[in-house]
This record gives sequence, structure tokens and C-alpha cells, in this order.
Amino acid sequence: MISAYFRSLVARFARRNRTERELKEELESHIELRVDDLERSGLARAEAERRARIEFGSEERFKEECRESLAGNFIDVLIQDVRFSLRMLRKSPGFTLVVVSTMALGIGATTAIFSVVDATLLHPLPYQHPDQLVQIVDDLPGVGAKEVGMSVPEWKDLENSGIFEYVSPIGGGDVNLTGSSQPARIAFLNVPPNYFALLGAEPELGHSFNPEDKTPGFNLEVLISDGLWRQAFGGDPQILGKNLRLDNDLYRVIGVMPPNFHDPLRTTRQRKTELWAASGFGAPPAPNPVRNLRFLTEAIGRLKPGVTISAAQSRLDALVAALQKQFPGDYPGKSRWAIRLVPLKESLVGNVRQSLILLFGAVALVLLIGCVNIANLLLARASARGREIAIRRALGGSRKRLTQQLLTESVLLSSIGGTAGLLILFGAKEFLLRLVPESLPQLNSISISWSVLLFAVLASLLAGVIFGLAPALQAGRQGVADVLRLESRSSTSSKEQGRTRRLLVVSEFALSLILMISAGLLLRSFWDLLNVRPGFEPHDRIVVRTWLPVPNDPTTDIYGSPAKEEPLLREILRRANTLAGVEEAAIGDVAAVPLAHDHNDLNPFPLILDGHETPRDQAPVVYGALATPEYFHLMQIPLLRGRSLTDLDNDKAPPVVLINEAMAKTFWPNSDPIGQRLKLPLAGQPGAFAWNTIVGIVLDVRTESLAQASNPQFYFSAYQRRPRDLAIFLRGRLDRSKIEAKLREQVQSIDPQLPVFGAQTLDHAVSESLAQRRFSMNMLGLFALTALLLAAIGIYGVISYIVSERTHEFGIRLALGAERKNILQIVLRQGLRLAIAGAVIGLAGALIVSRFMATLLYGVPPADFLTFSGVALLFIGVALIACYLPALRATKVDPIVALRDP
Amino acid sequence: MNDEAELLPGTLDLLILKAVSLGPLHGYAVLSRIEQISGQRLFVEQGALYPALFRLVRQGLLKTEWGKSENNRRAKFYELTAKGRKRLQEETDWWNRLATAIRSALNAQPQEI
Repeated sequence: MISAYFRSLVARFARRNRTERELKEELESHIELRVDDLERSGLARAEAERRARIEFGSEERFKEECRESLAGNFIDVLIQDVRFSLRMLRKSPGFTLVVVSTMALGIGATTAIFSVVDATLLHPLPYQHPDQLVQIVDDLPGVGAKEVGMSVPEWKDLENSGIFEYVSPIGGGDVNLTGSSQPARIAFLNVPPNYFALLGAEPELGHSFNPEDKTPGFNLEVLISDGLWRQAFGGDPQILGKNLRLDNDLYRVIGVMPPNFHDPLRTTRQRKTELWAASGFGAPPAPNPVRNLRFLTEAIGRLKPGVTISAAQSRLDALVAALQKQFPGDYPGKSRWAIRLVPLKESLVGNVRQSLILLFGAVALVLLIGCVNIANLLLARASARGREIAIRRALGGSRKRLTQQLLTESVLLSSIGGTAGLLILFGAKEFLLRLVPESLPQLNSISISWSVLLFAVLASLLAGVIFGLAPALQAGRQGVADVLRLESRSSTSSKEQGRTRRLLVVSEFALSLILMISAGLLLRSFWDLLNVRPGFEPHDRIVVRTWLPVPNDPTTDIYGSPAKEEPLLREILRRANTLAGVEEAAIGDVAAVPLAHDHNDLNPFPLILDGHETPRDQAPVVYGALATPEYFHLMQIPLLRGRSLTDLDNDKAPPVVLINEAMAKTFWPNSDPIGQRLKLPLAGQPGAFAWNTIVGIVLDVRTESLAQASNPQFYFSAYQRRPRDLAIFLRGRLDRSKIEAKLREQVQSIDPQLPVFGAQTLDHAVSESLAQRRFSMNMLGLFALTALLLAAIGIYGVISYIVSERTHEFGIRLALGAERKNILQIVLRQGLRLAIAGAVIGLAGALIVSRFMATLLYGVPPADFLTFSGVALLFIGVALIACYLPALRATKVDPIVALRDP
Repeated sequence: MNDEAELLPGTLDLLILKAVSLGPLHGYAVLSRIEQISGQRLFVEQGALYPALFRLVRQGLLKTEWGKSENNRRAKFYELTAKGRKRLQEETDWWNRLATAIRSALNAQPQEI
């Protein structure tokens, strides 16, 4: 009956005075009635009253029991316990400070990492019905080609298949924005008009594209980002309908996307998209929409409501089979064309999940170790508080009540710690966010959200219970008999307590060893990566970028052919060489900049060899970059055989390429590639091909990442192509920020429409490419050191305790003639035993954990003997040092004092 | 004295419900009633009665009202609610079944097995 319970609650809390009065009155009336009865049976009134009170027993005790029988008793008990605990904690400020700061650090750090996990792994997609979103990937497994992209007719087939609500191919790039004070280079996305409808995203101003718009080319409408709107247009509220120029073409702004909108793509550059332009990909500048021209590199789709991914995949497989039958010429059986649906969430966070889980596990482990340490501290304190607990037990404090009160105390401690941790987190938020590597997909901004707060609260409560449970149970178990003997040293409960403490220290050691080994493995991987020879010289090399506009109408393109572009390249080189400090200059495209780019910047080419003319679809894919002849000398990429590129390899000469060693070994394992010919697409003429002769072989360069061995790659001569995304390489001791301005001056005096941007040293590119590894390694290293410190403190505490417990015994030993050296040995041996037990368990644990880390490692086996044995030895060393201080104290025991003091 | 049986845990509540089922009673009268209906075999510690009464009120099995005792003293009267009556019936049935079962178990003769 809820109402009865509620009335009972009211009686306890709202009408406390009345309840008390009535209780007193009721018991009094009972006694009076009893007195009446006794009087009637012949006793004198005074005697009757005395008898009645004796019979009734302790009025106060029953009143208390009645109060406890009212509803909501636990609340009162809790308030009482909290008050008492606060009083106890105030009495030992040192202890309180240690525990609170340990918990503040532990819970603060765990919550910080959790906020990253929450934003990236738990809620990665801030779109409507994110479970229906997929990435659509085309593969040609028959020729070992992955992510080959799709063609326009294939896209239309998918749209009409009935599987998807929408399908959006996404093309990215940079575009020159003109009309503002300075030509700006902005990142834009080329998307079909259904893109925002697919994601379910709305602009903050204006409207988005009409998803039913079927304009084949650019519909000349754009949406801009909040950032661009504020920077380039001063937040102009009249922006809608205004025109802007992109690569000299005129577009109309129809909307502004809110600042928290992010594109669901992996790459850093595209995440900061500043402009979205809608296009049907079916008209220039896009090439002819033929079935086997797969220039739509990435695509996402929204499944129809109720269609699961696996159902969609099997329907898609059927569609692929039907298309292959219908167009056998476009889909040769050998290439085994296939379309793969990847949950969008998976494709976004797949590569960081492991690092994040590792970090979260590590930080949770540190918190756990912190808890174990505090449990140890509490146990030590329990023996000091023995007298207090003894008296409370003797005065009738029940076992349950005592345990409950001690638990309240620890949960209170951890809650104060957790609150402090959260406050620190709020304060240091800006600083901490800067530590997060840019490569982390951040579609949601990392913040202290409700779920993060909830996590912190739960973590605090749980931590309090974890570190409070063992000591609280132990105190409850203490018998009143022990108690009355007042902390007799050899009592069983004290022995049991010692055992618990040793067990705690061993587990603490094991846990921190696991952390240390994981950190050690990452450190070794990182070290190996730093020592990888990247194949080029990064010191004193700077890259500055520029971009030649691509107008929608090819006839207005002033750099439309290699012959038209060559003078520009040569003039840029000539002027660059005149700049003070520049010792050498070269030009390439973005693909020629090692490590600094993402996968999308690479240009894949189907490799068609002379002699066996495989159809394009069956050809293996190799990556091509382009460069002027100076590039190889400037980058110190040695020529292995043949000749390098020269200034004469231009539009008038037959097309040539250099290949790297990996390509030579892959495709000509037993013959000489020099003089062989490759059939490659002609620049600027979609569908046209030319034969390119291999003239030389250069050494491999690690272009994608230091961890990845080189792929087959070849280099065009820049003068035989018409590159758009130019990278100007400069050698010399140059100031990065100054050289960009100086070069901009020079380039814009040739063509004022060209933006000059993105100056970067190659040293920086190398270090940046390791950013995520460095982040994981630094964090894990920090956690591991904290864990080591905690473990050292833990073992120090336990050994100190053992020493103080055995002071008497050591006194006797010394009195009987034991040498101080022997005492030292006894104590150290005890510490060593604990450390070794912990190390053995920890090593076994680390073997299991490191197996899951395999993909995060480079050049180090998961069970690396050196790391394992080195860290274990370090651990035992630290343990011995931690034990040495209390051991030294043991040798200084004065036998007389020790014997006199029982 | 040998007739006095110790209360089994949990039976106090049942006895209180039974005592009150015969009409509203104040605390002291509940005790007397229990002694009376148990044929002076069961005695309840006086003070221990009240926490039990409070608990039954909280559970909604009893309701209370202040009134006058037979010798004109102000006292708090306890009365069974509908829910309390139902509970009494259930507990009584359960108790009877248990008692029957135990009795037949204890009376079993070797030849019956």
C-alpha cells in the first residue's frame, strides 16, 4: 500500500515532532495501563509503577526501534553516517587529502578518456537514424584492387535499386574562392543534391539543396559553413542569394550550415569542409558518364527504413550479379567486381577503436590500482582505529551497522575525489582538448555531457565500494573479544588483515606491470618508427602549396594543357630560386608530398603493360605522382638505374615515367623494366590514353605512413601533365611563415588569382604522421608511470606495516645477537616475494593483453622478450627500493625499547 | 512456566493481526489479547510489541486512531485494514498447512514408511 508507506514517510520527515510526542504518549499510556492492572491485583501504586517500568524494559531502545520501523529509515541512517564520516575525515586531514587526491586524479583521468570514448565510439554519428547509414565500397578483388570507386551509371543503378533511400557519392577537393580581399583556398565537397537529405541535416540559415534536383552538372547553388560565413562574409545576415566565385565560376549561396555539422568522412581536411556544391556528376567538368569510368571515389547511402545491412548486402550482391550479366564488356569476370556495405560508424571509427579501448582500459586500470592502494591505506588505518571500532562494537553497534558506516565513509571519500576530479576537468578542458590528435574522428565535439557526468558519478560510487569493501568487512568481522583485548598484536583478525593487504599489493603489482609492458611495447614501436628510413631527406625542406583553378567550362581554362601550363611552372621555379635562403626548388603534385596527405590525395592508375593489354578493369592499380626533374635531387631520392627526368621531358617529347623499386620488383621480377611501356590516361582528355616509357628506377619512399612499406609507385614528368594541386618544394634554412608570404608575392605577380597556402616543413609532416601513435604512447606512458608509483607506494606501505608489526620480534632477534644485515635481508626478502608474485601474474596478464595490441605495434612482436623482461626487472628494482626504507628502519630497532614496549 | 512457548520468528506479526481482527485494540490490550487467546501460553515482551505495530502500519495492514481506554485513559487504537484482513487469511492458511505437514511428519510410524 503506497499511501500507508507515504504516510509513514510523512510521519518520519514532515511531522517529526508530532510523531515523537505520540510515540512517547503511546508508551506512557501502555505503562499506565499496566500500572492500573498491577494495582488492581493488590500492589501499592508506587510499587506497581516500579514493576511496570522494569517489565517494559528500556523505553529508549524500543522508541529507537519504532523510529526505525517507520518508512525511509535508510535515509536517516545515511545522513547520520555521512555526518559522522565527515567528522572522522576532518579529524585526519592528511589521510583524507591523500585519498581524495588519488581519487580526483583517477576519476578525473578516467572520465576524461571516457568523454573521448563517448563522443567517438558510443555516439559517433550525429545524424538522423544513424544505423541506416552505410559507406558503399566497390572492390575488384580479382585484380587485388580495393576501394576503386564507382561510375555514374552504377550510382544510378544503386539509386533505383529500391535498397537505398538515397545514395550520395562524395568528391572532395580544394577550390579557389575569389571576390574577397585575398584569394582563399577552401576545402569544398562536391555532393549530389540529396546529400543533406540523406544525412538529415538542416542549415542554420536558408535551405539545403532540393534532393529531387536532377541537374546533370553543378546546379550553381552552394551551402557554406558557419566558419566561412563569419570569416569571409562577416556573418552577413543578407548572405542568402549572394554570389561568390569558385575557380572563376559564379555560384549562389542558398544556406549556411551550423557550426556543429560535420561531414561523415575520415580525413582531416574534409572534416573542415567550408563549402558544399551540388552536382549530378553527369556533365563537365565531370567526364562522360560511362559505365567503366569509376571516378566517384567515395559514396555513402541511407538504407530504406526497415532494411537491415545484411539484407541490403544480399540484395546488392544479386544486383551486382545481374549487372555483370547485362554488361559483360564492362565487368570482365576476372576482376570479380563487388560492392561492400560498411556501417558508416564502422568505417569512421574502425581504426581508432583499438587505441581508444586500450587507453580506456589503461586508465581504468590506473583507477583500479588507486583503489587497491586506498584499500591498503584503509586497512592500515583500521588497525589504528581498532580502539574506536572496539568501543563501538562493545557499546552495541551492530556488525552490519558498522560495516555500513565504514562503507559510507569510503563512498563519501571517493565522491569528494570524483567531484574534485570533475572540477579539475572543467578547469583544464581547453588544455586537455589540445592534446587530442587531429586524426581522431570528431563528428561530435568532445564535451562533458550528461552521459559523461553519469559515468563519473557511477565510477565514484563504484570506486568507493571497491576500496571500501574489504576494510569494512574486515572491521565488521572483528570479534568483540579481540576488541576487549585491545589490539593484541597477534590476534587472528590482524593476521587476516595482513594477508588481505599482501594480496592487494600483489594484485596491484600485477596490474601495473601489465600497464607498464603495454606502454613499453608502444614505446619500442614508436622508437622503431622514428628510426625507419623514410626514403627521403626531411630536414630543411619546406612545401608550399598552390592550386590552379578548374573552371566548369574547359575552353576557359588557361592552364588547360601541358603546353599551356609549362611556362607557369618554369616561372614559379625561376622566381622561387631567387628568394633569399632558397638553395633549390622543385614542383610536384600533392601525391609527391610524402606523409603529409591522406589516401584521397593519391592518384590510382590501372596498370596496363605493353604486350599484355589487359582491360582497364582487370588491371592492378598503382599510384602515380608527378614532379619536375629537380624533385629527386632535392628530396635526395637516389636513382637506382636508368636516367632521371630532365627539363626536356615536356609536351613535345614522348611521355616517360620513373618507377620505384617496389614497382619494378612487383611487375618485372625477372626482367628489366627500363624501356618497357605503360598505357596511362592522357592529361586533360578523358578517355584518351598514351604509352609512357619507363626510363629509370628510383628508391622507395614511404609515402603513406612510416609504418607502411612502400607501394608500387611511379612518377610522371610534371611538364607532360597539367597538375592542379601544386606542391612547391624548397630546400634551405627557411622560416616557414615568412617564406609563404614571400612566395605568395612571387606567384601572385605571375597570376594574381592563385592562392598560396599550407607551408609545412617535411620534418613536421614526419612528426605529424606519428601524432596518433605519439598520443597513445604518451597517455599510456603517463598512466603506466602513475601505476608504477602507486604500486611502489603500496608495497612501501605494506612492508612498513610488517616491520612495525614485527618490531618486537626484531628486538628479540637483535638482543639474541642477530646482525642488522640479517634483519635487512628478512625484510627485503619479504618485499621481494610479493614483487615476484605480482610480476609473475602480471607477465601472464601482459601476454594476454599484448596479443590484442598486435595491430598497434610496429616492428615489435606482442610478446617481445626484451620489453617483458626489462619491465619486470625494473619493477622488481623499484619494489626493492620501496622496501629498503622500512627495512632500514627495522635494522635501527633498539632492542631495549622494542622489548619494553609490548 | 513450562507451558510458555517461545515465539517463532515471524509469528509475532501474525498474532498481532489475529488479536486485532476481533476488534480495534490499543497496544496494551493487544498483549493481553494474545495471552488470552493463546491460553496464557504465549507471552510477548512488552516493549517489542511497538516496533512490530509500527511496521504493520507502514505496510498498510493496520490503521490507527486515538481514543479512550475502558478505564478512560487516552490510548492509540489499532484496527485491521482490508489488506490486513487478507494477509491474516493468507498467513493463517499457510500456518495451518505447515502445522499439519509437520504434525503428520512427526507422527509417522515406522510401519507407514
